[in-house]
Amino acid sequence: MRLQLKQKSILPGFGLALGFTVLYLSLLVLIPLSATFLKASSLSGQQFWHIVSSHRAVASYKLSFGASGIAATINLFFGLIVAWVLVRYNFPGKRLFDSLVDLPFALPTAVAGIALTTIYAPNGWMGRFLAPLGIQTAYSRLGVVIALTFTGLPFVVRTVQPVLEDLDKEVEEAAASLGADRWQTIIKVLLPAVLPAALTGFSMAFARAVGEYGSVVFISGNMPLKTEITPLLIITKLEQYDYAGATAIAVVMLVASFALLLTINLLQAWSGGRLKRAHANELPETAEFEAAR
Amino acid sequence: MIRKVCFFVAILGASLLGFGQRVTLLNVSYDPTRELFQDYNAAFAKYWKVKTGQDVTIQQSHGGSSKQARAVIDGLDADIVTLALAYDIDAIADKAHLLPSNWQSRLPNNSSPYTSTIIFLVRKGNPKKIKDWDDLIRPGVSVITPNPKTSGGARWNYLAAWGYALRKSGGDESKARDFVSKLFANVPVLDSGARGSTTTFVERGMGDVLIAWENEALLGANELGKERFEIVVPSTSILCEPSVSVVDRVVDKKGTRATAQAYLEYLYSPEGQEIAAKRYYRPRSAAVLKKYAAQFPNVKLFTIADIAGDWKQAQAKHFADGGIFDQVYSANQ
Amino acid sequence: MASITLPNPGVLAASRAVQATTEQPWVRWSLIAIAVAFLGVFLFLPLAIVFSSALERGVSVYVGALREPDAMAAIKLTLIAAGISVPLNMIFGITAAWAIGKFDFLGKSLLITLIDLPFSVSPVVSGLIYVLIFGLQGLLGPWLAAHDLKIIFAVPGIVLATMFVTFPFVARELIPLVEAQGTEEEEAALTLGASGWQTFWRVTLPNVKWGLLYGVILCNARAMGEFGAVSVVSGHIRGRTNTMPLHIEILYNEYQFAPAFAVASLLALLALATLLAKTVVEWKARQQSTELQRMSGEAL
Repeated sequence: MRLQLKQKSILPGFGLALGFTVLYLSLLVLIPLSATFLKASSLSGQQFWHIVSSHRAVASYKLSFGASGIAATINLFFGLIVAWVLVRYNFPGKRLFDSLVDLPFALPTAVAGIALTTIYAPNGWMGRFLAPLGIQTAYSRLGVVIALTFTGLPFVVRTVQPVLEDLDKEVEEAAASLGADRWQTIIKVLLPAVLPAALTGFSMAFARAVGEYGSVVFISGNMPLKTEITPLLIITKLEQYDYAGATAIAVVMLVASFALLLTINLLQAWSGGRLKRAHANELPETAEFEAAR
Repeated sequence: MIRKVCFFVAILGASLLGFGQRVTLLNVSYDPTRELFQDYNAAFAKYWKVKTGQDVTIQQSHGGSSKQARAVIDGLDADIVTLALAYDIDAIADKAHLLPSNWQSRLPNNSSPYTSTIIFLVRKGNPKKIKDWDDLIRPGVSVITPNPKTSGGARWNYLAAWGYALRKSGGDESKARDFVSKLFANVPVLDSGARGSTTTFVERGMGDVLIAWENEALLGANELGKERFEIVVPSTSILCEPSVSVVDRVVDKKGTRATAQAYLEYLYSPEGQEIAAKRYYRPRSAAVLKKYAAQFPNVKLFTIADIAGDWKQAQAKHFADGGIFDQVYSANQ
Repeated sequence: MASITLPNPGVLAASRAVQATTEQPWVRWSLIAIAVAFLGVFLFLPLAIVFSSALERGVSVYVGALREPDAMAAIKLTLIAAGISVPLNMIFGITAAWAIGKFDFLGKSLLITLIDLPFSVSPVVSGLIYVLIFGLQGLLGPWLAAHDLKIIFAVPGIVLATMFVTFPFVARELIPLVEAQGTEEEEAALTLGASGWQTFWRVTLPNVKWGLLYGVILCNARAMGEFGAVSVVSGHIRGRTNTMPLHIEILYNEYQFAPAFAVASLLALLALATLLAKTVVEWKARQQSTELQRMSGEAL
C-alpha cells in the first residue's frame, strides 16, 4: 500500500528501512502507549470523565499548563535576547555561555530539582534574599515556574540562533536606507523573520515542561490543588493503587502531547519552508539541524 | 536470561554442595527504616551463619510505604515486606493475592515487632512555644507533614491529630474534623514521604514544627543537630504499629521461606529488639524497653482501634478519594 | 549627529545605516547584561551549588561517596542502560533517517510526529506504560511470572524505559540533515555502479557523521540522566536496580547530602563533557560545511 504510494526513486532499501522503522517504533512506542488506552477503556465514559474532570485533576492541569506557559513565555522573551546577544555581540565569556545553554538537556532532572530547591529554599543562596521581601520561591507555584524555565531554557535560544545567524545584514540595511529607524527595523524586519523559529522553540519548551516531573517534585511543595502538577497526580494515584485513575489522567496527557507535537511540526514546516526559500542555494546544514531540535 | 542461568547454577550448586550455601532475601521497606535494617541485616546474617552455616545477603529497597507496596503488587520480588502500616500489606493481599489476608495474625503483636508514636520536632528554643496539638492549629504556626494520601507516616500523623481532637471533645467527629482542617490549613508543603518532610524541615528551613515518627524525630534531633532542634512531646498520641510479613508467593517460588520467616522472628528476639531500640523504635520486649526507657518520652498512647476501627475502615473513611482528608483539604483552598 | 556639520549625503546614509543595523552601546551592554544575568541565575547557580555542596565536606567524603559499592553498582547500571539503549536508538535513527529523509511517501509527517512522541510524553507516563504491560497486574504480567521472566524491577525494564525516553534523539537530528542533503550524490554513486550498502557507507553516512555524533551525544546524556521513567520501573533495590539519578535520590533521603551531590556532580561533569563534545562537533560540522562551500565556490 505504502510502497505504491511512494514516489519513484532509484535508491534502494526503502522497504527494509521503513519496515524496520515502523517495527521498532511500534514495539517500543506505539504498542506500549496503546496499553494506556486499553487500560483506560476498562473505565466507562462516565467514570473516565469523572476522573479527568475532577476538581483536583483540573487544578493540576491548570498548574501544569499554566506554569509551562509562563515558563515558555519567559524562555521566549529571554531566549530571544540571549540568542540575539550570542549572535550579534562580542563579549568576554561568550563561547562559555553559548555552550552552557544546553546544560538543561544534559543535566539529569533530579539533580536540577535538588539543586534548584537548595538555591531557592528560604535558607538557600537566592531564597534568603527573596524570603525577606515576602517572595516565596521554593514550595510555591513560582518554584514550579522556575524549574520549568530551567528545563525549557535551551529551546528558544537554539531554534532562533541559526535563523539570526543566517539573516543577511543587507535586509536591515535596506530597511534603514528606506528610512526605518532601528526600532522599526526590529519590529518589522527582524521579528517576522525569527517568529516561526521562536514559536517553534516556545512550543517545544512548553511541550517539554508539561510532562516534566523530576525537577519539579523537589521544588514544588506538592500541595494538591495548589502546587501539584499533573505528572505528580499520576504518581499519587498509582501509589493509592488507583491504576485506572492514573491511566485516565495519563491518557489526557498523551492526547495533549500529541496535539502539541502536531502544532510543533506544523510550525516547523512553516519556518523550515521560510528557511529553505531564503537559502535555496546554500547548505542549510547547521540551521536545519539546530532548528530541528 | 541471566536470571535463568543463575537459577540453573544455583540448583546445580545446591545439589552438589548440599542444600543452599547462599540465600538472598529482598526486604522491601518504607523510608525511615534505612538505618534500622542496615544494622539489623548485618546482625541477622551473622546469627544465621552461626545457626545454619548459610550465608544470607539481604537486599534493601526503601521508599514511601504505599509506593513500595505498589511495587510489590506490580511484581517486585520481595521476600519480606516491612511497611509503615498494616493497610499497605493488606493492599498486597487484596490486589495481588501474594499473601493470605490473615497475615497479621501469623506473628506476635499483630505482626508488629516494634512500635513508635507521633511527636513533634521544633527549632531550637521553641520560638513558637509549641507544647501540644492545640498549638499546631494556631494561626501563624507553620506545620510540616507529608501527604497522607501517599505517605504511611503521614496517615499516622493525621490519625494522631484526629484521635487527639476526637478524644478531647468526647467523641465529637465534627470537632475532630474542624481540628484537622485547621491543622492542614497551616501546612505549606506536602512531601510525598516522611523522609522528604524531614529534609524540608531540617535542611530547607521550612516550617516551625515537624510532625514526625518518634524514631525520625529522635534521629533528626540526635544525629542531624542537637544544637538546632528540640523534641516536643504532646500530651497524647497514637500507638503506631509498623507491620511486617513474608510474601508467601515469592518465598515459595524462590524457596526462601525458612530464612525469611527466621528473619522476621529474629526481630522479636532480644538482639533484634535491642537493635530496634538503638534506632529509636519502641521495642515490644518489656526488658529491652526498660533498658532504653530514658530515650523514649512518656506519652499517653491510644490505638487506631480506639479512634477509627481498623485500617481498612480508616482508609475508606479518611484517606480514600473523597474521604475526610480530601473534604477538609479542598474546603481549605 | 549629522546635523552638526554640513550634511554630506553619503556619510549621512552610512551613519544611518550603522545606526539602523546596530544598537547604541548602552542598549548593547544592557542586553548583554540581561542575557548573562539570566543564564547566570538559571545555569551557573545550579551548577555551582552541585559542586560546592559536593565538596562541602572535603575531598575524602567526595571520593568515598563515589567508591562506595552501591554507588559503583549504580554507575555500572547507568552505563549498561545507556550502553544498550544508545546504540539501538542510533541504528533506529539511521534507518529512520534513510527511509524518511531519502523517500517521499504517504503518511510521512504522521510518522515523524509519532517518532517525536516520546519527547513530549511525560517521563512518568513512560514508566507507567511499562508497568501496565509487564507489571504483575499488567497485560503480560501473569505470563511473565509463570515463565519466571523479569522485565520491570529488573535491568530489562530500566533499559526499556531508557530506550523509550531517548528514542527520538538520533532520528530527530538525522532526518532533517539527510533530507537537506537530497539524493543526487547517492544517485550518482549508484549510477557509477556502487551497491546500495556501499552508497550508504561511503556517501550518505560520511555526509551526516557530525549530525549523527551530535544526536548520539544528546541521546547518551539523556539516557544517563533519566529519572522519572526509570523511577517508576526500578523497584529501588540498593546495589541492584538503582541508576545514578535514583542513587542520588536515595542518598538525599538518607540525609547524606554531600555524597548525594558528589554523585550528582559526576553526572554534572558528564553534562559538561557532553557540552564540550557538542561544541567540538558543531565546530567540526561548521568547518566541514564551509569547506564544502569553498570547494563548490572554487568549482564554479
